[in-house]
Amino acid sequence: MSDDRVSEANQEAQEARHADLTALSEWNQARLEDEREDAAAIHVAPNWKLTWWRFKKHRLALVSGLVVILLALIVLFPGFFSTMDPHKSRAQQSFVPVQRIHFIDDGAFRPFVYGIVGRRNPETLRMEWKIDEEKKIPITFFARGFEYEVLGLFTTNIHFIGVKEGDIEENPIYLLGTDRLGRDQWSRLMYGTRVSVSIGLISVFVSVFLGVLLGGVSGYYGGVPDLIIQRMIEILQSLPAIPIWMALTAAMPRDWSVEQTYFAITLILALIGWTTLAREVRGRFLVLREEDFVMAAKLSGATQSRIIFRHMVPTFYSHIIATATLAVPVMIISETFLSFLGLGLRPPAISWGVLLQEAQNLQSVAIAPWLLLPGLAVIITVLALNILGDGLRDAADPYSH
Amino acid sequence: MTPLLSVRNLKTHFFLDEGVVKAVDGVDFDVFPGQVVGIVGESGCGKSVTIKSVMQLIQKPGRIIDGQILFRHHDEAGRETIIDLAQLDPHGKTIRSIRGAEIALIPQEPMASFSPVHTIGDQIMEAILLHLDVDEEEARRIAVERLHEVGMPNPEQRLNAYSWELSGGLRQRAMIAMSLACNPRLLIADEPTTAIDVTTQAQVLNLLLTLQKQHNMAIIFITHDLGVIAQIADFVVVMYLGRVMESGPVEDIFFNPQHPYTKALLESIPSIYAPAGKRLPTIEGSIPHPFSRPSGCPFHPRCKAFMPGVCNAAIPKLKAINDRQSVSCFLYDHAPAIVEGS
Amino acid sequence: MSDKFSNKPYLLEVRHLKKYFPIRAGFFRRIVGQVRAVDDVSFAIREGETLGLVGESGCGKTTTARTILRAIDPTEGQILFRTAQNEVVDLAALSEKEIRPLRRDMQMIFQDPFASLNPRMNILDIVGEPLLVIEKMKDRKQRMERVAELLELVGLRPEYMQRFPHAFSGGQRQRIVIARALALNPRLVVADEPVSALDVSVQAQVLNLMKDLQEKLGLTYLFVAHDLSVVKHFCDRINVMYVGKIVESGPTDAIFFHPRHPYTSALMSAAPIANPRIRAKIVPLEGDVPSPANPPSGCYFHPRCPYAEEKCAKETPQLEEIAPDHLVRCHYAHELTLQGVAKPQEIIAS
Repeated sequence: MSDDRVSEANQEAQEARHADLTALSEWNQARLEDEREDAAAIHVAPNWKLTWWRFKKHRLALVSGLVVILLALIVLFPGFFSTMDPHKSRAQQSFVPVQRIHFIDDGAFRPFVYGIVGRRNPETLRMEWKIDEEKKIPITFFARGFEYEVLGLFTTNIHFIGVKEGDIEENPIYLLGTDRLGRDQWSRLMYGTRVSVSIGLISVFVSVFLGVLLGGVSGYYGGVPDLIIQRMIEILQSLPAIPIWMALTAAMPRDWSVEQTYFAITLILALIGWTTLAREVRGRFLVLREEDFVMAAKLSGATQSRIIFRHMVPTFYSHIIATATLAVPVMIISETFLSFLGLGLRPPAISWGVLLQEAQNLQSVAIAPWLLLPGLAVIITVLALNILGDGLRDAADPYSH
Repeated sequence: MTPLLSVRNLKTHFFLDEGVVKAVDGVDFDVFPGQVVGIVGESGCGKSVTIKSVMQLIQKPGRIIDGQILFRHHDEAGRETIIDLAQLDPHGKTIRSIRGAEIALIPQEPMASFSPVHTIGDQIMEAILLHLDVDEEEARRIAVERLHEVGMPNPEQRLNAYSWELSGGLRQRAMIAMSLACNPRLLIADEPTTAIDVTTQAQVLNLLLTLQKQHNMAIIFITHDLGVIAQIADFVVVMYLGRVMESGPVEDIFFNPQHPYTKALLESIPSIYAPAGKRLPTIEGSIPHPFSRPSGCPFHPRCKAFMPGVCNAAIPKLKAINDRQSVSCFLYDHAPAIVEGS
Repeated sequence: MSDKFSNKPYLLEVRHLKKYFPIRAGFFRRIVGQVRAVDDVSFAIREGETLGLVGESGCGKTTTARTILRAIDPTEGQILFRTAQNEVVDLAALSEKEIRPLRRDMQMIFQDPFASLNPRMNILDIVGEPLLVIEKMKDRKQRMERVAELLELVGLRPEYMQRFPHAFSGGQRQRIVIARALALNPRLVVADEPVSALDVSVQAQVLNLMKDLQEKLGLTYLFVAHDLSVVKHFCDRINVMYVGKIVESGPTDAIFFHPRHPYTSALMSAAPIANPRIRAKIVPLEGDVPSPANPPSGCYFHPRCPYAEEKCAKETPQLEEIAPDHLVRCHYAHELTLQGVAKPQEIIAS
């Protein structure tokens, strides 16, 4: 008897499961029909479209992509996003704390920050800052402020946010507080972003150039060039990177201008960073050289340069973009690290490493913990680039399945 | 005689982002003790998924969603019970005690199936120790015996060899020895000869048939090669797009095929005996993409006997048309299920 | 069969072709040995004929085919090709640049239609590539017309030319590969296992297409394959290769039913025949195919040969004509009586 009941229960459970699955498959069927209309689009979709379709499915990478776009805007227009002159120090206003932006005032969207009042502590003789809730400084968009150059083309004084015209000296706003010398950290971070991220980008660009060129020669021609380039890579990779950077940067003359050190550092990072990429490109060439479609092109009478640029390079350029994206954060961290140690860029240049150097002093961190915020910028940037790179890499090869 | 393995209405689907792939969609067949059953079909017909389902080796996003896989299982006490493999937990103890012991698998790629860091002797003995209640000495003895059985020269020495030290043919033999280690009653061979050459293939087929007679085991042999099927199988199951089109004894399948697909397939392969230069009869079109399965009978868009409104409307069931063959086709669906007094 | 072509001129004559691949090792990649992939191969194909090249993996049949088209450079030997202007040129002696204009006369069909089409180009660009780079047909419209013509010729709808390879099934892709091969009206087509990657139900379509095109366009095929029933169906003459050498060469029927080399005999009797009544009562060959990097002494087949004598291990046999148009590389070709593919009546009788 009990067996019967068990089997009945089993059967019911199975039927329920069945119904679920039928519903599921019907839903899928409906979706499938939607997709069938797109099928014709898929048939004529070139590679970049397939890549984009796949990339779109990767939500986190999409968000990271937006972060990176924002970063790119900051790199191009740091002045526009700053509120105050990053180089101007105000001895009276050192270690001013973060002034948080409040968006809602009396139930309406009217962003403002509270004012600050300073009082000198009679015992320590140190300025102590307090938020003054009595005083509201309204924030305006596209406000006029200090003058800055846009891409070296023209000067303007329009900023994304600011206070009422001419008010900035009276009512300065310090979105991320100030440092020891009373310089606005937010604006310094914007300018630091430009320097650090662009160093990363340019050095990766140079690495990619060297890597593709040398890796391509190595992989396509093989033989003696391959032998020489591979041994060179092995030697470069066997050198410990950090001491080499330190030695090279330490060897830079102290009297070099900011621009000179900037380019020197970029070059140093690139000269050491191209090896991984060259190996990757070489590997791709070695695989592709044996592909039937490459042989078919050769048999169709295609010249060597046509085979390389029309057939081989397009099949891995998406991988190169992905690899390069993953290499940018490494470069950024290297620059930050060198500057932090005082070996890279030095003040008055502003970079993330230089900013973090300010936070080297334990005492200032105890008084002004906001000095560590540039570190957060480094983390966000590196994470965003890594996730984006991963997403690109996964989407890059629609033919892997 | 009761079958050793009986697959009933097996359905294994894969739930992918892009849609559901009905890799196996209603498969029925029996395997009797000592019988060689050949499952033949082209790519996407679900033959590999079928045997993976039998061994409970389906991985996500795939799942057995319906059907029974009834197997005559011998438990530890030696009692015979019929259990439904489809209901077992794929990671459970029962299936693990069956896999490798009662049902063994010869995989397609023997190179990938041996670990390169352990000797083949270690790997064969490991399988024996796992399933049989013997000590290491005994396991070694069995391993040598099995290697001897599959025609491995110097089996004692080969125990200490690594798989990469063996040639392709010997590796295949070692693989067979390993799958025979625990004296299985059912051996499943998944395209074991596609990666090897004609002369080696002949060796392997000969060996399998010899061993099958010696041990009186049943074999399920999966292949896309009709020539190999004709050479080895007693009973043939012809699959197309996840369904059984026709099944029957090998003679009937080759000399009296009933399903339009079987007929067309057999006609389309060139014969060694036909005079050269003739045009081959073809099957029009190509195998549909798994996401765009045709409605009704999966073969209807390519079928010469297509009946509009019938074949594309419903899926024909696999029905016995005489006392030997079963066919799933509406051409035979009206006929009495079993021909009387033949 | 062979009589049909005996008055036709040779289109291709291969003489003592060798291709050795160096084996390198160590830090400076020094050459430590050689793989003799193609080891002194000679044969000829007459115009309009289909010559089969069969053998097991590693026997050098694919390397031979690719070397003839100069996809791979030969180590030694001559590849004499009769051009459309009736001149005989040695392809082996030409530079890459000199050979480019000759590419319109000889093309290739590949084994894997998934690997031989660039996934990043559409069909128009793929099939149109030879037109663009050799014929210098710069006008896109003109190219489109020719590609449409070619697609129709191979049984595909011309509207598909904007599609990418991923939109096609294996059989359709192979048709695209054939269309590309035919773009410049070649006279020699090397087909390297053209149907072995295809599903059984699609193989017949492609074989029929290739046969039709041969009749229509007067093509000459060099057909490389390992599936014996396909070879039997398709070829007029057959070369059997073993470890880089041709061991037997002759008309198809002779090779299949009256082989004169023990290896051919073993290969033929091992062929799985799609007929359950002909279950081969064969004694399969023992052992494995030796490595072309380290072949045995004397006759390469002697370690596996059931008829091997002392002489076979010492002396390398030469290819010898033992019947009209039938060449064998065996010391005992005259003495042995060998079995070919089992005939149905023989089986039924026994």
